[in-house]
Amino acid sequence: MEKFTKLTTTAVPLPIENIDTDQIIPARFLKATDKKGFGDNVFRDWRYNKGGDLDPSFPLNQKQYQGAQVLVAGDNFGCGSSREHAAWAIVGYGFKVVISSFFADIFKGNALNNGLLPIQVSPEYLSQLTAGIQENPELPITIDLENQVIEMAEVYTEPSRSTKAEFDLDPYKKVCMINGYDDIDFLLSKKEAIETFEKERMVF
Amino acid sequence: MAGKTLFDKVWDAHVVDTIENGPQILYIDKHLIHEVTSPQAFNELEQREIPVARPDQVVATADHNTPTQNQHLPIKDAMSRNQLEQLTKNCDKHGITLYGLGHKYNGIVHVMAPELGITQPGMTMVCGDSHTSTHGAFGTIAFGIGTSQVGQVFASQSLLLNKPKSLRVNVKGKLAPNVLPKDVILYIISKLGTNAGTGYFCEYAGNVFEEMSMEGRMTVCNMSIEMGARGGMIAPDQTTFDYVEGRKFAPKDDAFAKAVSYWKTLPTDDDAVFDKEYHLNAEDIGPMLTYGTNPGMGIKINEHIPEKGDMTFEKALEYMNFKEGAQLLDTPINYVFIGSCTNSRIEDFRIAANYVKGKQKAPNVNAWLVPGSQQVAKQLEDEGLKEVFEAAGFVLRQPGCSACLAMNDDKIPAGEYCVSTSNRNFEGRQGQGARTILASPLVAAATAIEGKIVDITKEVLI
Ligand code: SF4
Repeated sequence: MEKFTKLTTTAVPLPIENIDTDQIIPARFLKATDKKGFGDNVFRDWRYNKGGDLDPSFPLNQKQYQGAQVLVAGDNFGCGSSREHAAWAIVGYGFKVVISSFFADIFKGNALNNGLLPIQVSPEYLSQLTAGIQENPELPITIDLENQVIEMAEVYTEPSRSTKAEFDLDPYKKVCMINGYDDIDFLLSKKEAIETFEKERMVF
Repeated sequence: MAGKTLFDKVWDAHVVDTIENGPQILYIDKHLIHEVTSPQAFNELEQREIPVARPDQVVATADHNTPTQNQHLPIKDAMSRNQLEQLTKNCDKHGITLYGLGHKYNGIVHVMAPELGITQPGMTMVCGDSHTSTHGAFGTIAFGIGTSQVGQVFASQSLLLNKPKSLRVNVKGKLAPNVLPKDVILYIISKLGTNAGTGYFCEYAGNVFEEMSMEGRMTVCNMSIEMGARGGMIAPDQTTFDYVEGRKFAPKDDAFAKAVSYWKTLPTDDDAVFDKEYHLNAEDIGPMLTYGTNPGMGIKINEHIPEKGDMTFEKALEYMNFKEGAQLLDTPINYVFIGSCTNSRIEDFRIAANYVKGKQKAPNVNAWLVPGSQQVAKQLEDEGLKEVFEAAGFVLRQPGCSACLAMNDDKIPAGEYCVSTSNRNFEGRQGQGARTILASPLVAAATAIEGKIVDITKEVLI
């Protein structure tokens, strides 16, 4: 897994609530047996219109948002199916961070296991961030994982807006993200305890 | 000290270790796998040269991406064929039992495991599929995991998890006629919303669940994820023990008696406290339908779509081509799907067959019946239900997930409505542009006969 410490980049707004994993990657693209190529089909049915052409009204297709590494979504992101393909698709497209006011449990775990940082902010901050990006698509956003702070560049924002927000992250997951480890490494280091447990307590 | 909940008891019995300021290591008793979410986990293991820790605790099936017709023939779609071949190869290589396509125990993972007695009270179970919550009907901690976690369980038979909070949903009273377990859970989600359960594990309690069959309890727990909960549970009782007894992998004789005495200690203590609790009246529940694009957008069959006017709501109604304030009654329906791990057990088909018997399906309707497993398919034949359905013009397919997620050829055409017994009505879930209306097997059967949505509250049908 890639290490994550600090990132400054632009963002794409996708202010839709309840974006489920079927929307992120439709089931018909789940036939692959490796993790590659899912990025091409992220939000497939929103990105392409019925004739198979890119839909120019969809933010990911708009010139001003190309190259952005942060996705700013609506509330309750990643609900539905547990398919990790959703996280692979978002990472495959080039995103490193997703911001929402709420994440579904399984998606959040899947994201963290793939070096994608899910940041939960207040609904107020989310709408300020969304508005900020919509007004200034070039607005740089900084994500500082060490200090657990997200910040919009001040130059572009109105004085009434708060530019900074702190976010929570499980301390264990934070260490994993910063060092690029994953849970398998950790669990294997605990093999002895697991085997003892099996011997002493396993009922089934 | 306050008492423990059912969830606490099972969870605490499986904690291997607790990391300071971090998650716990939870031991997993059973790991179910299928073709779609396992290949990348096997690849990962291979790349890192890690063996599968406990292959005897893993059971595999092929269900998500399998055809429901001509299963004896080679699969036409090359990618689907490859995915199934990979599963077979991986299971062979690592010594994992596979009930592959055509095997007499093959079926949807959440139908076949309980049926074989693999699912037992007090266990921890996982699968790379969110509806693993189904198994909670037995008083099991069962939940869906992502592919990275599938790899973790392969490697260590354990997972790193933070203990979820506890939630209890009580439903007490007498259900009206024609109200099935599916209606109970659709009603709960419509009242509590699609993220009421996020961060929680849910216990269902009250006489309504106590009086339900195991099939009904599975239908309820299955959709726990649709209100955001990681899983749902129902306390094991005599109904549970009777269901498990005698099944292929259930403990036998003395071992069974010993197991039962342990299972009897699992129900929530009277003085246990939940982080959140809801109370609902059974009398308020009617046969349900969904009108929108998430499972929380549900109403009773003869109710009106609410008038809300927010963006998400309008977008959903536009997709479904319904109007605020309208009723769904009399909407012509061309597709009916009875299947999926929510409602493809024998009891579901018995209810549908009982209604359908002696009637004819409406000419406009394509009615697909997809049993949840080979064993259910066999029961349909043995009990003569297959004949009942075929005489009424329904098409009986072979087992699998089918139109629940439309990965195979069983897709609903764009713009068409499908009254479906599955669990998700997301945009495009049953095919690009398909419009899904979730309902019970009884509502689905009535829709197939009438060719439109009809009010089934007028007479007692079951
Ligand atoms: S039937 Fe549907 S919900 Fe159930 S396991 Fe299959 S795809 Fe998932």
